[in-house]
Amino acid sequence: MTAMCDVAFLLLSFFILATKFKPPEALSVVTPSSVSTKVAPEKDVVLVTIDKDGKVYLSVSDANSSEKKDMIDAINTSKNLGLTDAEKNNFVKVPNSYIGAPFSQLKSYLDKNPEELRNVVKPGIPAKDSTNNEMVDWFRVAQDAFQGKKMNVLVKGDDASKYPAFQGVIIALKKNDLMKFQVVTSSVPVPEGTELYKFQQKTGTKEVAQ
Amino acid sequence: MDTSGGGGHKKGPGVKKGKKLSTRVDLTPMVDLGFLLITFFIFTTTMSQPTAMRLFLPKDVKNPEEQNKVKNSAVITLLLGKEDRIFYYEGDSAAGMKPTDFKKVRDIVIDKKNRTDPKDFVVVIKPTVDATYKNTVNILDEMTIDDIHRYAMVDITPDEYKLILATEAANGIK
Repeated sequence: MTAMCDVAFLLLSFFILATKFKPPEALSVVTPSSVSTKVAPEKDVVLVTIDKDGKVYLSVSDANSSEKKDMIDAINTSKNLGLTDAEKNNFVKVPNSYIGAPFSQLKSYLDKNPEELRNVVKPGIPAKDSTNNEMVDWFRVAQDAFQGKKMNVLVKGDDASKYPAFQGVIIALKKNDLMKFQVVTSSVPVPEGTELYKFQQKTGTKEVAQ
Repeated sequence: MDTSGGGGHKKGPGVKKGKKLSTRVDLTPMVDLGFLLITFFIFTTTMSQPTAMRLFLPKDVKNPEEQNKVKNSAVITLLLGKEDRIFYYEGDSAAGMKPTDFKKVRDIVIDKKNRTDPKDFVVVIKPTVDATYKNTVNILDEMTIDDIHRYAMVDITPDEYKLILATEAANGIK
């Protein structure tokens, strides 16, 4: 009895320590898997989310609220959106906020608080082709806001989303000379017997040959 | 802890002797609670952290002549179609494309790799509009798994897309 009790509480303390509570994500996305073992960065992140319908959303890590503010200010000025401070704060101050509307609807989109947004059909940021690609502007202001810092561009796409949405994001990245970005995936082990498996066995590393 | 105090019992003169109580506490409720908490934390724990796959984009060049020339014979082109299908052809003979899938593509790529001079070997990936994001990431991951260093993601030409549709129709794929 005592031994079992000890084990039970040992497990309990382990799980308490191992648990990391995640805030419920506003956008649920099933990411594809890859053999990459590198953990996705959490600081200075500009995250592009592509949902299952191919709609594109933009968010910035909450720790970078000054960059968030710079971005929304720059967009407000260059596109003459006439956003009020309260509307800006709905993006800047609210944790896990994201942009999910074209510039033309941004004012009415930011009018709502996150609770209201949860139940609203979001149009997403247009990024389908190179002519009407608002991600180009968003990446531009993000780049300006993160000047002097290392900006981590993360793309988190849903398994079921179609390629054109991803292509639109790539086009926008290229136009801003952002040639490095990272794709959020869930980790899977390297299949046995493949070239990479042999390479890792030989070198004894978990590294991915690049 | 002398709860048995009071009189009632006959005691020896001057001797105060409490009744020996068991110090054992019933642990069952505590253990129950412990296991309840364990199950709770097991369910809420997210052990796997999301990983990131690095990608590098090539620069767009204005005039195609500047692009590095590749030997046609050393190229294998993978076209990603609908419903997780892949079409591939070697060299520049797009007309001779064959259908395959994600399970068999590894053998095809490795086979081509072994037959080609490693200096020249290039894999060209062309996702169609019907391909999913998952297909695209999987094929890029496949390049890592197969230890291929030179691969490029290129936009598909309208002719090739027509050919895919024709090949799909010929193979009875809707």
